[in-house]
Amino acid sequence: MVELVNRPYAGAFEAYAVAHPEVLCLSADLTSSCEIDGFRDRHPDQFLSLGMAEQNMMSFAGGLGLAGFRPFLHTFGVFLYRRPYDQLVASVAYPRRKVRLMGFLPGVTTPGGMTHQAIEDISVMRSIPNMTILETGDATEVESIVEAADSVDGPVYARVLRGSVPRLFDTPIVVGKARELSLGTDVLVITAGITTEEALRARAALKKAGVSIRHIHLNTIKPFDAQYLLDHLQSVRHGVVTLENHVTEGGIGSLVAETIADAGIAKRLIRLGLKDTYAHGGSRPYLMRTYGLDAPALVAAIERLTGENFGITDADLDAVRIDAVHSSAKAEAL
Amino acid sequence: MVRAPRPSKPRKPALQANARSTEDIALGIRRRVFEHTIRNNGGYLSQACSAAEQLAWLYNEELHIGEPTLPPVPEPFGGVPSATNADYHTGAGYNGPALPHFDRLIFAPAHYALVAYATLIEVGRLAPEALGQFNKDGSSVEMIGAEHSPGMEMHNGTLGIGLSTAAGLAWGRRRRGETGRVWVFMSDGEVEEGQTWEAVQAAAYHGIDTLNAIVDVNAQQCDGAMASVMDVRDIRAKFEAFGAIVAEINGHDLTEMRDAARMSHPGQPLIILAKTSPFQSMSYLERRFPRLHYVRFKDEADRAATNDAIAAELGVSPVDYVR
Repeated sequence: MVELVNRPYAGAFEAYAVAHPEVLCLSADLTSSCEIDGFRDRHPDQFLSLGMAEQNMMSFAGGLGLAGFRPFLHTFGVFLYRRPYDQLVASVAYPRRKVRLMGFLPGVTTPGGMTHQAIEDISVMRSIPNMTILETGDATEVESIVEAADSVDGPVYARVLRGSVPRLFDTPIVVGKARELSLGTDVLVITAGITTEEALRARAALKKAGVSIRHIHLNTIKPFDAQYLLDHLQSVRHGVVTLENHVTEGGIGSLVAETIADAGIAKRLIRLGLKDTYAHGGSRPYLMRTYGLDAPALVAAIERLTGENFGITDADLDAVRIDAVHSSAKAEAL
Repeated sequence: MVRAPRPSKPRKPALQANARSTEDIALGIRRRVFEHTIRNNGGYLSQACSAAEQLAWLYNEELHIGEPTLPPVPEPFGGVPSATNADYHTGAGYNGPALPHFDRLIFAPAHYALVAYATLIEVGRLAPEALGQFNKDGSSVEMIGAEHSPGMEMHNGTLGIGLSTAAGLAWGRRRRGETGRVWVFMSDGEVEEGQTWEAVQAAAYHGIDTLNAIVDVNAQQCDGAMASVMDVRDIRAKFEAFGAIVAEINGHDLTEMRDAARMSHPGQPLIILAKTSPFQSMSYLERRFPRLHYVRFKDEADRAATNDAIAAELGVSPVDYVR
């Protein structure tokens, strides 16, 4: 059974910020929802409440950056780019301010429906010059996201998991360095964030079925090392499947497609993710099942790619992790 | 977190010797923008009418700033900020070095760039030849002031973001113990943007009293008279309700401007609403009302008549331009 870590961001942020006085903690009325309520209470001099006003918060953070501070903005990912997009570009990205955008509840990890679900954030952020994009996939990555983000010379957008988070890895994020979780030779699987846990659920069943998976977990989406990906692509027989908690346009699937096309190599690609659709409010397992972001969807894609039917059923996959609605994971605390 | 209010301190005079009066500099700004507009066959002329006193006063009297750190004739465009552009710098060096005790100026309405450049020339921070590069390909003297344009420290061409950025800068500078203030030159059209009000409430909430703004209330915007575009109602009452200390003055009266800047505003930002005329000193422009955002000549006769009439009002010879 995988270890679950409760609120890994809270302690990691506090420990790092206390040791780095030029780090400031900014919040837009989602302080406990972003696990920084304890920090606010214990370190009020390093905490700025900017209210439910993200446009001002973004430009204000640009001004703090100009004054030599490194502000960490805490809100749901969706509120860091949809409403304040103009300010994000003009006040933060263009001048390369060291502003750290901590985007909580990425994709369908929130039951809050369309207004709360950041499903095209990576697409938007990838197209902004000077932006770095990080994504956390487990508790260890959440614990190390603060230091990793703060190591970047420029603005950073990070997809951060909150609440009860599984521990999958034992080494911290190194910006620009993907994780090689298996080095098989049949199919390349590329995941990031919560979809990595889904791919791991399928691993034992796929192995038993005799398919050799090469599995790469991305925690740095921009900048991206195309040659690294090409080397892995050349090491598999059938092709590649991407599985992302995001629309299939502009995210990891697009990144792989662009890399394949730019290099002019012939490899099949199946992109799993939200297919040109919004999601709606519901539990994470329900949404992942409905929109084809889970382990069964991955197995089906690998069957299509290899032209084989492995006969894998839900019972063959590792259990879905379900958080109690009123647990500390706070699925209802929006 | 609300901080203890601090008293505003009397300002030291600006570093540069005030060899010319502020009135004379304001006249120089208008003459220079007028000449450029005639030669260029169009320009942001009404902004010089409304803002000349405010910008002349800021640079000649109010701002405590050092000598320019950039050459009198601006360098060409040096590329955008990127991880590989190590030599990148903004145009803020024309306002002196960013030292702790010096003031900073955030020039919010980037469409006033021509007037800003004319001001820098009149106060000796920029060579007159700089205007020859205005809106020329490859130049940093851009039509809409960019971060790398003379006198600019950030992109404000997307209107309404300047005050927020200035508030963040002022908070950060205060936190560092820097004594310099942050001044913002704003336009009144920006009050239509919600972000302006977010900025004022945040500055008041955080007690940022090193933040000061003077707003060119010329009641004009791109589409014409503001009242015909959006009714912004009583902006003095709105600024006060959101937490600023407000002074309302005649924006062409330097004595009122000086007095307004001396107002005590502990724990709150100061907003000076400078009510101005978009054809001050160039009454010939009044016939164009309300199409004043960018002065365009409909034909050669219009250009020649405008040249003669405004030259006479400004006490100069008509511009000898190439027809």
